[in-house]
Amino acid sequence: MLNIDSLERGIVIDHIKAGCGMKIYNLLKLDELDCCVAVIKNARSSKYGKKDIIKIEDMVDLDLEILGFVDPHITIDVIDEGKIVEKKHLVLPQKLVNVIKCKNPRCITSIEEEIDHVFKLSGQGDHHYRCVYCEQEYQG
Amino acid sequence: MRHLIDPLDFSEAEIEKLLDVADDIALNPKKYSQVCAGKKLATLFYEPSTRTRLSFEAAMLNLGGSILGFATADSSSAAKGESVADTIRAVSCYADICAMRHPKEGAPLRASRYARIPVINGGDGGHQHPTQTLTDLMTIRAKKHRLGNMTIGLCGDLKFGRTVHSLIKSLARYEGIQFVLISPEELQVPDYIVDEVLKGKDIPYEEVGNMEEVISSLDILYMTRVQKERFFNEEDYIRLKDSYILTAQKMRRAKKDMAILHPLPRVNEIAIEVDDDPRAAYFDQVQNGVYVRMALIMMLLEVTPC
Ligand SMILES: [Zn+2]
Repeated sequence: MLNIDSLERGIVIDHIKAGCGMKIYNLLKLDELDCCVAVIKNARSSKYGKKDIIKIEDMVDLDLEILGFVDPHITIDVIDEGKIVEKKHLVLPQKLVNVIKCKNPRCITSIEEEIDHVFKLSGQGDHHYRCVYCEQEYQG
Repeated sequence: MRHLIDPLDFSEAEIEKLLDVADDIALNPKKYSQVCAGKKLATLFYEPSTRTRLSFEAAMLNLGGSILGFATADSSSAAKGESVADTIRAVSCYADICAMRHPKEGAPLRASRYARIPVINGGDGGHQHPTQTLTDLMTIRAKKHRLGNMTIGLCGDLKFGRTVHSLIKSLARYEGIQFVLISPEELQVPDYIVDEVLKGKDIPYEEVGNMEEVISSLDILYMTRVQKERFFNEEDYIRLKDSYILTAQKMRRAKKDMAILHPLPRVNEIAIEVDDDPRAAYFDQVQNGVYVRMALIMMLLEVTPC
């Protein structure tokens, strides 16, 4: 297994659902970074059996909201001087702005120019998001 | 500055105050005949709805104000592709308050974020119709002298009927409410209303397919239109349609003081013979709709009779 502790300073996105590493890579637009980035597929995980990991060899600002929406099981380790200095657990964001789009053809977002697509976490339990304009639930 | 976009935008206390004003207007219309003198209401109707538009316009005229606006999208700047945000910015310069009807859901909410005047949602797609809800609440309160402690039957198209969804959400805030949802399986209340409002707030409800077996338990019967095109096939429609038509015969089983409401227009879901029944309150709703809109315009413009 690749050693993920070898990072001196940077960020480890851990516990990504196996097979979703590249999706996260693209979503966070990591291809635009100049630093060294490694995507590790199918790493062994005591919790999930298999997982993907992304290592970024720099301190960058990540959009934790998007990550929380895509997969709240992901954890973020901030590494400095070879040690984990911070471990971030994600939560489902209360509000998503321009992360997902409303697909309801009757929604004002379908015709209005320059409108933000805004969704709010509904009270209905896990991972139900509703468009603030038409209140239709997002179906991934 | 306040808007009315969603029926839950007002608290129970605000609704009570608004309905008190509406009741007083009904008793003393003269007292209110000049309270909005010099003020203008813009009716921005991106789809035609003559009854709702006339109700808003009558309300403003009754208050001594004046009106301007458009009745269809093709006569408006929307036809030239102008956004709702730009239109409302312009209208804010012409009028003191506006009522917007739009086929797209959320358009009035969008407008309210760019408006410098109060925006009233006059119906947005299949989503909300809060002034109809206020009218329903006024009629229920006039008939029952309360908004809680009663069993409300809603009958017909509960899936697409926006007035039904708004009314359930609004009444769910009061104590002692029970719902009886009467509809064919295809047209039941959407899951989110069941999960978030009914189950979410532990409100007793039952879903039934037949009016006759439950009508005797109801304090209010809210009828809606069952449209033929909502059914998957003609057979189902023919088989089911009579279950959702209110007749004098079915009314014999109902409580002596049950009130029948309908957002109108009706087609055939309430037989004409029921119109003479003293329990029929649906024509009161038309008049109440004007009073409640008058009270609403006053509240949003913050005017009071002198
Ligand atoms: Zn939407």
